[in-house]
Amino acid sequence: MKERFDVIVVGAGPAGLAAAYTTAKAGLKTIIFERGEFPGSKNMFGGVLFAHSLSEMFPDFWEEAPLERALVEERYWLLSEDSATTFSFKTKSFGQPPYNGFSVLRAKFDRWFAGKAVEAGALLVNETLVEKLIQKDGKTIGVQTGREDGDVYGDVVIVAEGVNSLLTKELGIHEEWRGNEVGVGVKELISLPKETIQERFNLEGNEGIAMRILGTTRGMTGGAFLYTNKASVSIGVACMVEDVSNECVCPNDLIDDLKNHPMVKPLIAGGSTKEYSAHMIPEAGFRSIPELVHDGLMIVGDAAMLTILITGEGANLAVTSGRLAGEAAVKAKENGDFSANGLSSYKEAMDESYVIKDLKQFKDFAGYFHSNRDILNLYPSLLNGIVKQVIATDGLPRSEKIERAKAMLKEKKSYWQLMKEAWHGWRSIR
Amino acid sequence: MHLVVCVKQVPDATEVKVDPVKGTLVRQGVPSIANPYDMHALEMALQLKDEHGAKITVLSMGPPQATDVIKRSISIGADDGRLLCDVAFAGSDTLATSYILSQAIKEIEKTDPVDIVFAGKMAIDGDTAQVGPGIATRLGYSLVTYCLGIDGIDTGRSVIKARRQLEGGCEVVEADLPVLITVVKEANEVRYASLPDLIKSIRSDVTVWNKEFFELDIPQCGLKGSPTQVKKIFPPPPKDVTPEIMNTGETGLDEIANTVAEAVSKAGIL
Ligand SMILES: Cc1cc2nc3c(=O)[nH]c(=O)nc-3n(C[C@H](O)[C@H](O)[C@H](O)COP(=O)(O)OP(=O)(O)OC[C@H]3O[C@@H](n4cnc5c(N)ncnc54)[C@H](O)[C@@H]3O)c2cc1C
Repeated sequence: MKERFDVIVVGAGPAGLAAAYTTAKAGLKTIIFERGEFPGSKNMFGGVLFAHSLSEMFPDFWEEAPLERALVEERYWLLSEDSATTFSFKTKSFGQPPYNGFSVLRAKFDRWFAGKAVEAGALLVNETLVEKLIQKDGKTIGVQTGREDGDVYGDVVIVAEGVNSLLTKELGIHEEWRGNEVGVGVKELISLPKETIQERFNLEGNEGIAMRILGTTRGMTGGAFLYTNKASVSIGVACMVEDVSNECVCPNDLIDDLKNHPMVKPLIAGGSTKEYSAHMIPEAGFRSIPELVHDGLMIVGDAAMLTILITGEGANLAVTSGRLAGEAAVKAKENGDFSANGLSSYKEAMDESYVIKDLKQFKDFAGYFHSNRDILNLYPSLLNGIVKQVIATDGLPRSEKIERAKAMLKEKKSYWQLMKEAWHGWRSIR
Repeated sequence: MHLVVCVKQVPDATEVKVDPVKGTLVRQGVPSIANPYDMHALEMALQLKDEHGAKITVLSMGPPQATDVIKRSISIGADDGRLLCDVAFAGSDTLATSYILSQAIKEIEKTDPVDIVFAGKMAIDGDTAQVGPGIATRLGYSLVTYCLGIDGIDTGRSVIKARRQLEGGCEVVEADLPVLITVVKEANEVRYASLPDLIKSIRSDVTVWNKEFFELDIPQCGLKGSPTQVKKIFPPPPKDVTPEIMNTGETGLDEIANTVAEAVSKAGIL
């Protein structure tokens, strides 16, 4: 194709759309390619969009974006066979501007976001797969799409194709992700009447809850989640690919385990499954982030492995990285320099932002879980057992109960081991 | 030749649900697509264009977002499009819809006489297959339904030779021009747009006609002009079937196959 663009964006997920919106708004001639029928049509995630990243671009986006519920509670569940120990934080203030996070359904949300990019002047081309990055003298100069006469040239290509990043792999920028660098997530959308959700989760108006659940993954590195939408809940589980394949577990069984757990079952009783989806998720964090800037090329979002497992963040990192890459492209255009050097302000801005700082902070976290299988295998049930022992009022003197609880613990772990593990756990997040 | 293709925007049938309480279709959040049969009709028109040269005008009635299906049509080779969009058209049944579409075709004919109007066999959101024939009747065109292909056009005699799909066979017919043809999906495979054509269509402006743009008797349009009323929509009750699990160890595969075959023929499935 003859027509040239300043910026070519591959993938209309949160990362690509944030980049395209930013460059188009600054007047750069921007084209976005999306392989799906429309942005969001193929996309899924658990469901929480943390608000800060988007409000930097659209200060009052909650007034117009298709959001489900404002999340006012974060609840952590440690589950064993028939028990749960819960930690929860709830605040009414998260239900008001500037909000903390929203539950979101991607099919609607991505489409809305794409509308914003198009309004800003970007050209959105759906149902078009980018097959290859076109190179000349080691510089990316365009993309090859699957359509006839489908080569497009531009000054810079922003790769936002998500975790399954074939384009940058083909350039040798990174290897094929290994089984311990990615996870697989499965999710069901279960519809329930709004009133039922209000009642079961103790919610008012447009408030919602995010639940994170440990202990239902048969000891594999991973966790489960449940988020409330307006009239449905998103429930799912994500596990490291390596574990899933080693244990020969079908991800589908994991979601069944979760749905049938006696603590979870009543929450979704009577609901009907409207949607089932599965997607990969980057899990290795900081260690597997590829070089973000190359000649004529920037990598954003999941394609750059930008997710933080412990806090369930990904979409917000995608938005921020997309925006920063967009801003770098604008700067490069002003200077007429799209080399890696000319685009380096992207990397600098990333290093300064919460994205890379947080990723660094949690860089050992997934590895810690992975190499200490007891954390997910043993601790939830041990904790529940001890709490039960201490709480049950059964005629035994308390002093005796505490001794028994200690014995339960010691039977599984020596104090020395416990301290060692706690120390490593602490080290992994600081 | 001037060909008009009627294309409807429909909710993606694989995603429509019935609200069990209200008994209405839940369309919110359901993606819209071009009615698949209509795209096969367009492909048939495009093949005529490739062979004989023709101008193709795409016609759609629907909400403002239905410009999408016109753009899609333009991306694969239609020359022009009209979206008929007005609140007065909302709620039209097949009678009112065929009235509005035929009035628009009459208006188009004023400047550019039409040889063939194409439509899909039916729309996947209503399955009536009435609008195409309705237009033909109102315009006094001949009608070929369930068309599989066009074998020839004799411009001298002003006739067209076409193949129709029958149950277990195929019928070759001749029809006088102008003719309305409804198309089945076995007719062809719809082509893909090249990238430059796709981009051109995304940037194209679709002409929108509201009720002022062509002659209409408003009482015949929309809800008022629609004698059909949907009383109730419900999903067919799921059949109460308990699966039977047979063990190959005890009975052997042959016996299981026999049991299944017997059950299937008893149930009248085969
Ligand atoms: C089960 C699960 C739960 C999650 N939960 C959360 C959560 O609660 N909160 C959170 O913040 N994050 C969550 N995440 C992570 C989050 O989904 C991602 O971090 C985020 O979607 C990344 O955005 P992205 O734009 O980089 O990639 P994506 O959202 O994957 O978008 C990539 C886009 O590119 C398109 N594409 C890909 N290749 C091509 C190509 N070659 N040509 C054209 N188009 C292409 C795709 O169709 C897609 O639209 C979750 C992920 C999973 C799997």
